[in-house]
Amino acid sequence: MLRFSTWKFLAIVAMTVAAVLVVAPSMLSPSHYEELKSRLPSWLTPPTIVLGLDLQGGSHVTLEVDQADLISTQVKNLRDDVRRILREEKVAISGGIGTTTRGVQVRVADPADREKVLPKLRLLRNSFSGALLGGPSPLDVEASPDGVIRVTVTDAGITDKSRKAVEQSIEVIRRRVDALGTREPSIQRQGDDRVLVQVPGLQDPETLKEILGKTAKLEFRLVADPGQNPSEVEELDQVEQEGKLGVEKQVMVKGEDLTDAQPGFDQQRSGEPVVNFRFNIRGAQAFGEVTSKNVGRLFAIILDNKIISAPRILSPITGGSGQISGRFTVEQANNLAILLRAGALPAKLNIVEERTVGPGLGQDSIDAGKRAAYVGAGLVVVYMLVTYGVFGVFANLALFVHIAFIFAGLVLLGSTLTLPGIAGIVLTIGMAVDSNVLIYERIREENHAGRSILASLDAGFTRAFATIVDSNVTMFVAAAILYFLGSGPVRGFAVSLALGILTTIVTAVTMTRMMIAVWYHYARPTKLPI
Amino acid sequence: MKLLRLAPENTKFPFMRFRRVSYPFSALLSLIAVALFVFKGMNFGIDFAGGTVIELRAKSGAAEVGTLRTLGEGLQLGDIEVQAFGNPADATLRFGLQPGGDVAQQAAVERVRGAVGGYYDLRRVEVVGPRVSNELVQSGTLGVVLSIVAVLTYLWFRFEWQFAIGAVIATMHDLLLTVGFFSITQLEFNTTSIAAILTIVGYSLNETVVVLDRIRENMRKYKKLPTAQMVDMSINAVLPRTIMTATTVMLALFALVAFGGQVIRSFSVAMIWGIFVATYSSIFICSPMLIYLGLRNEDADKAAQKHETERKADAAVAAREDIAEEPVSGPPKSTPAPARKTSGKRAKTRPA
Repeated sequence: MLRFSTWKFLAIVAMTVAAVLVVAPSMLSPSHYEELKSRLPSWLTPPTIVLGLDLQGGSHVTLEVDQADLISTQVKNLRDDVRRILREEKVAISGGIGTTTRGVQVRVADPADREKVLPKLRLLRNSFSGALLGGPSPLDVEASPDGVIRVTVTDAGITDKSRKAVEQSIEVIRRRVDALGTREPSIQRQGDDRVLVQVPGLQDPETLKEILGKTAKLEFRLVADPGQNPSEVEELDQVEQEGKLGVEKQVMVKGEDLTDAQPGFDQQRSGEPVVNFRFNIRGAQAFGEVTSKNVGRLFAIILDNKIISAPRILSPITGGSGQISGRFTVEQANNLAILLRAGALPAKLNIVEERTVGPGLGQDSIDAGKRAAYVGAGLVVVYMLVTYGVFGVFANLALFVHIAFIFAGLVLLGSTLTLPGIAGIVLTIGMAVDSNVLIYERIREENHAGRSILASLDAGFTRAFATIVDSNVTMFVAAAILYFLGSGPVRGFAVSLALGILTTIVTAVTMTRMMIAVWYHYARPTKLPI
Repeated sequence: MKLLRLAPENTKFPFMRFRRVSYPFSALLSLIAVALFVFKGMNFGIDFAGGTVIELRAKSGAAEVGTLRTLGEGLQLGDIEVQAFGNPADATLRFGLQPGGDVAQQAAVERVRGAVGGYYDLRRVEVVGPRVSNELVQSGTLGVVLSIVAVLTYLWFRFEWQFAIGAVIATMHDLLLTVGFFSITQLEFNTTSIAAILTIVGYSLNETVVVLDRIRENMRKYKKLPTAQMVDMSINAVLPRTIMTATTVMLALFALVAFGGQVIRSFSVAMIWGIFVATYSSIFICSPMLIYLGLRNEDADKAAQKHETERKADAAVAAREDIAEEPVSGPPKSTPAPARKTSGKRAKTRPA
């Protein structure tokens, strides 16, 4: 009971000191922290506790690839490919190319023609997805005896496309979010078809959603003249006006040819906010050509299949730069510029989950959590003191170190502290003393059974230890499962609970034992004080 | 200094006698809980039901719940729930999933923002779409089931199978009563509630393990005692600890309820109920189960013989009373301590 090797004693002291040192920077006010940081060498930036979005305010948005949109885009592309192959092979079809929900079908009456195009069609799968070597085919090509050839996109093909769309989206989203100038946004893939965007400390979460929710596919197309072939014309919605406007299906210039876009003001006329853009060489050439040939016609600027505006081409624009106006507010012009610079998303993304906490509420939650923690800890400390006297003091000291260990663990693991996490810590304060209680009650019991003080202390610690381990393992299992299945704030709870359980073994058992040993050595009690 | 004792000393409550009352009583409560769950249902939060919660704070003055309700109903978002809480300037709006998939949910938030944005700040917006809420239901259910299975396995390895069964029945009992509690109080049931339930499961097992540990110890020590008496003795022995720990955890939880704020209140309230139920079930449900499951059926002679050797071993532990004090960090090998340690260990871990 009384013997402790020196190294064990020193190890515990060192751990405590280290824990306090690790936690200390997080407890400083931001200004003091900056001061500390500036005085330390740069390789020694003290880590601090990462607060969850629910505490520092911010947005957590889960985006999901719109499957229906993805499939219809793929089917459209497939239709173009099939048409190209039929044209190249000069194969006649009866009735046009029909589309189904997942693919296209054509009727090729002549068996010889069928034999000619089938291998070509089968080759499409290579261009459809190069990465799927050896995997299940992304395309199914089948011909029925009556001459109908069906090309369909398989589930594997859809999954592959949506996975690639997610990869590309992450890049685009990062560029967009970075343009907002927030600190440390986190953008991660989640599963096959989702992107999780977490942006802390955002003052205006609306802007974030605004720029995340748009595909930002920009197209320049001519407004159709009356009497044009209806199969080449498409009716699109207008942003600023009621009703639809017919535009040509052919896209003259695409947004991907933009090199830059900046918000500005219309210099010549109204002074209203506009977006100025510049094309690359290919875009500039195409743009110059279209505007030269079509002076006097309306040229529609289309974003995500909606017409922003359709100004008249007054003179050829060959300089490779232009201006988009559309009765924008300053903010809208700003956002549009960000979107155009970051590029279009490869597929439509929908917001499937959103959790946004304003900065004010976050601070309120921190305050509430702190208050609850202080009051909870205070009550437990007083209660232990009045119940166990001097042993209660030991338990309370151990409790203090226990809390320091939890926070140090959070800092070192880089784990986020959430509001449920604070609840977890408060809860472990209540439960950390459980180990002390187990030991103390056992000591009392052994003492009542007639053992000497020293023998009771010894038996109390040894006998209670097995129980402490057993009971904490069960709790730890629950926490571990919570961690693996929970998300966000609940995970924070699981981490603090698990850390609390681990540290309690060190603090409540070893530390208390050491303190009691020292106390016994010096106080030489004749009677157990509990 | 006179120290506080909540638990009376050396109690001899005949807990096992209560099993004829506690079993029907708990069975009835569990049935009521199931009935409540089936017929009254739970107040599922948006995590599981899908939908939107918006927390508002009036830009000036107090939040007007009545006006908000009228405004909300005018937006035709289905059932809209308006609640005031805590600060008079605060209110929450909650409405269910909108028909039309994920896009429709965002459009609904926009409509609310347009309607109330002039007078209120939107402090918190949470939108959970239909697919995400389904997944959360799945992972939540999986978590509860998995944790019970995992712990059952652990207990099965660590204790006799009767103990594991007893512990799991007690845990199921706590789980049912907690679900019933959520149903009857209509506290919002969300992912934090799953955290509460798993913590209650953990705590319940913690309680159970402490009692079972003592029963196992006494089972080996007092072979001749009838099971019921031995179990009673064990529970009475750990009773002070049970009361102490329940009290400290309650103190921490009351602080959370009183000061922890709106978001974790339902968690804290559910935990308080759970601690109460878990303490009850470890004494009145799990322990009597050992009697029903026929924990002991050893040969009486063999038991008596072992009892004798146990006593000898115990005497060895008792002999330690005249250990002389040694320096705190003295060299461990210079004393005859190791020999004593072994004898003590043998007394403790001797197989039954």
